[in-house]
Amino acid sequence: MEGLLSLAVKAIFVENLALSFFLGMCTFIAVSKKIQTAIGLGVSVMVVQAITVPANNLILTYLLAPGALSWAGFPDVDLTFLGLISYIGVIAALVQILEMVLDKYFPPLYNALGVFLPLITVNCAILGGSLFMVERDYNFAEATTYGLSSGFGWALAITAMAGVREKLKYSDIPDGLQGLGITFITAGLMAMAFMSFSGVKL
Amino acid sequence: MAQTRREMLIDPLVDNNPITLQVLGICSALAVTSSLQVAFVMALAVTFVTAFSSMFISMLRNHIPGSIRIIVQMVVIASLVIVVDQFLKAYAFQISKTLSVFVGLIITNCIVMGRAEAFAMKNTPVASFIDGIGNGLGYGLILMLVGVIRELFGSGSLFGITIFETVNNGGWYVPNGLLLLPPSAFFIIGLIIWGFRSWKPAQVEEREYKIQTVEGH
Repeated sequence: MEGLLSLAVKAIFVENLALSFFLGMCTFIAVSKKIQTAIGLGVSVMVVQAITVPANNLILTYLLAPGALSWAGFPDVDLTFLGLISYIGVIAALVQILEMVLDKYFPPLYNALGVFLPLITVNCAILGGSLFMVERDYNFAEATTYGLSSGFGWALAITAMAGVREKLKYSDIPDGLQGLGITFITAGLMAMAFMSFSGVKL
Repeated sequence: MAQTRREMLIDPLVDNNPITLQVLGICSALAVTSSLQVAFVMALAVTFVTAFSSMFISMLRNHIPGSIRIIVQMVVIASLVIVVDQFLKAYAFQISKTLSVFVGLIITNCIVMGRAEAFAMKNTPVASFIDGIGNGLGYGLILMLVGVIRELFGSGSLFGITIFETVNNGGWYVPNGLLLLPPSAFFIIGLIIWGFRSWKPAQVEEREYKIQTVEGH
């Protein structure tokens, strides 16, 4: 249990997907102009991340890993090279299913998140989360914790960024830095702030 | 065809750069640039994937139903990335370890998807191939620039060959450790964008609010 807690803290602050691995940067920069939309996107990323990382973990353990197919009578088969294509397939399919389920049973939530759901398929943070899970050999419990907390970390980062940018638009910035340039420099300063968590250990 | 092939290749380098202007594919641009060698391999890999995925998608464009085009594009791109990934694992294992998940993340690199969607779906295979190479090179250019700055000033070397002898090895150069850490990549790209936009003022973004001087107080 303590292991999971420290994993969660690490995934949220120290190894924040957005600010220390630069994942999901395209959407991070593009959709962080308003706090409202940033929160919407952040929550959707968190939900999708919390579902896809454990799902991909199951696929890896029971279908792709060397010897994983022994339950089906193929103990020598190693399908890990199909990893990338299956993870992205799972992500695309799950996002689609989530969209339909939300549309049918939770229309208010669907209306709030609807625009962002398709964007999430191509968000590197989601695929990155699954790939980190594979690389670090997480088991199912760890994968679930990691998915939830890394999604939360990303949501936290984009919300903070949107807060800064809402104030930033009133300031007098040199012409060439206007817009994209100053956004990058702000993100750099935020990443430095998040680095100060790096000594934290539980 | 509005553009000549030459323009198609040169245009994305500065005038329509995928990173500084189209805001595509930033994720990997920041993460893999702490050493030049890795940045170089990454740039090659992305150029390869962009060029060939654009070409294949353009060949298929008249046969893909609109409603499932994203999935078809994803499959083409993912297959090419698997080829690159396996190739790196076989011939450059050390680099593939350093790049870790970022090779896989080429799949979700917006440059590849963006060019497939915006260009390859409407143009001929040869034009799409050239456009893919151009955009890959534009991406590579920024990657190399950032890589040169970070490796030269962060560890005093280029491609792993020592240029500035560091203090630790008895030289004179005190390496700037910040440049090897993630935040520096943001600053460097921000400054590169500033430089590009001062050079080409047409790229400057409109202000949302203007500061007005009130006279007659």
